[in-house]
Amino acid sequence: MKNQIEENGNKTISSIDREIVLETNKLTKRFGGLVAVNQIDLKVSKGKISSIIGPNGAGKTTVFNVITGIYQPDDGQYFFKGEKISNLKPHQILSKGIARTFQNIRLFKGMTCLENVMSGQHARSKSGIWPSIFRLPSQTLEEKKIQEIAERRLKQVGLSDHKYELAKNIAYGSQRMLEIARALASNPDLLILDEPSSGLNDKESEDLVNFLNELIKEDLTILLIEHDMNVVMGISDWVTVMDEGKKIAEGKPEEVYSNPIVIEAYLGKEEEEEN
Amino acid sequence: MNINNKTSQSAGIKITNNWFAILVSLLFLLFPLVIKNNYFIDVAFFFGIYTLLGLSLNIVLGEVGLFDLGHMGFAAIGAYTTAILNTSFGIPIFVLLPISAIAAAIFAYLVTSPIIHLRGDYLCIVTIGMGEIVRLTLINNPFGITGGPNGVFGIDFPSIGNLLIIDNSVKFYYFIWVAVGLTVLALIHLQDSRIGRAWNCIREDIIAAEASGIDVRYYKLLAFVLGAALAGVAGSIYASKLMIVSPESFSFMESCMLFCIVLIGGMGSIPGIFIGAAAISLFPEIFQTFAQYRMLIFGAALVLMMMFRPGGVWPRKRGKLSTESMLIKAGKSEI
Repeated sequence: MKNQIEENGNKTISSIDREIVLETNKLTKRFGGLVAVNQIDLKVSKGKISSIIGPNGAGKTTVFNVITGIYQPDDGQYFFKGEKISNLKPHQILSKGIARTFQNIRLFKGMTCLENVMSGQHARSKSGIWPSIFRLPSQTLEEKKIQEIAERRLKQVGLSDHKYELAKNIAYGSQRMLEIARALASNPDLLILDEPSSGLNDKESEDLVNFLNELIKEDLTILLIEHDMNVVMGISDWVTVMDEGKKIAEGKPEEVYSNPIVIEAYLGKEEEEEN
Repeated sequence: MNINNKTSQSAGIKITNNWFAILVSLLFLLFPLVIKNNYFIDVAFFFGIYTLLGLSLNIVLGEVGLFDLGHMGFAAIGAYTTAILNTSFGIPIFVLLPISAIAAAIFAYLVTSPIIHLRGDYLCIVTIGMGEIVRLTLINNPFGITGGPNGVFGIDFPSIGNLLIIDNSVKFYYFIWVAVGLTVLALIHLQDSRIGRAWNCIREDIIAAEASGIDVRYYKLLAFVLGAALAGVAGSIYASKLMIVSPESFSFMESCMLFCIVLIGGMGSIPGIFIGAAAISLFPEIFQTFAQYRMLIFGAALVLMMMFRPGGVWPRKRGKLSTESMLIKAGKSEI
């Protein structure tokens, strides 16, 4: 690991603060003339819940898509546990230990809940084509392990009762939790949640906050995008505010909440809209 | 709630499914003993060929959702590999079976590698082109080895020394259906493995599949390679049965028929493939008397089916995993 840090010529930042799990360095992504993400520096601390907030179109989801390899950045680099992960493909990023969910739920709709969560462990299992065709003992054993982990994760999100149901047939709130369970099944070090509370009612949001507060006690780091200020204020240890592709503020939730720039760019507007 | 009820119900389905499979196997086993008519046995042989081809396309189209309308091209590679190597060098068919499979697989790997990132209709068009290029190349008789439009003839019967010579309809019938049986077993195992799940994930949502750690490119290629290998086997058996291969057997229309087999049965459904293959291979025989209208009826049947059963006649049911009952049997599961 140390070698890799030095190879990347980034020893200064990464070796000083070992608690930083994910770090982006002047991350930039353009779509044609639009600069969706403009030189974003982000630091995510280990074992904490960090949030990115900002008005619609601020570029939050684009940041996530770049970090998880769905988009390639135009400029800048990003590091995970001190290792450069820029330009890796999504499945490689996942095997490094970053799992994610999507803003508009992306489940394997025609498969059962159990199969969805089992699929999440793909990168953590390795049976190849021949052991699978002949169902060799090694493969059967691995399948059993995959299934046990999946059952555990389903239980954790309270969906054990629905394990044989197709993912498309369960309630919306349950689908969100199923997606989280699928991401957790890969046993990630960093869990990235893209608006986990969107579309949930108050009760479900509250359950989600409690769930995440419990989850963070595992050896895990969480980074989320959130619109719901109750959720953000309730669980975040660190908040980054984005507007028009740029980072405009960051700090503890209370600090950000009272920051005039933030209020002007985001909270003020939101309040007006709601009234 | 009624969860217990539900699980026991699905276990019940599982058991009846097993009985059903045994019954069907017995039926296929006894068929030539009861029906002594060679014509019907030959029809059943071609039903088997179409089933094997359908199963091979089902990997690509049914499991992964890749539109492949040039699948007959892979079968052609397998058939011609067998035909040429057998007639030129006298290599026995049983040796050529795996060689044909490997040849078709290598061809599929080389041809689909550059196009594997294409989605939906784009891939469809490129595979049509691929299938046609194979056929036209065979007609143009490169290096004088494919025999042009006449094809290659004089292919041996499959044999192991003097122990087993497959030289009549009944033997060929068993030959193809044993191949189909083994393939079905392998594919059932694959369906409930991490590989089968990865394939289905790609079909359901490619971005989520990537984000769940599935190497999409690898698994798409694997599907093509495996599907082509199976098609190669089918082509090889076909060549040894007819003793002649010619380009017109591998036309675009045949690829479309394979496509229909998968769609009629239901994408990714193994029992569905049997139904689809039966429809495609038995239909023309049954409606032989009004031959000129049979495509009309066939087309109407397809339209009606797509209206009333868009998921296929026998879509794959998901629920309990086949591996699960196995684990419970082994007494290891605490669930």
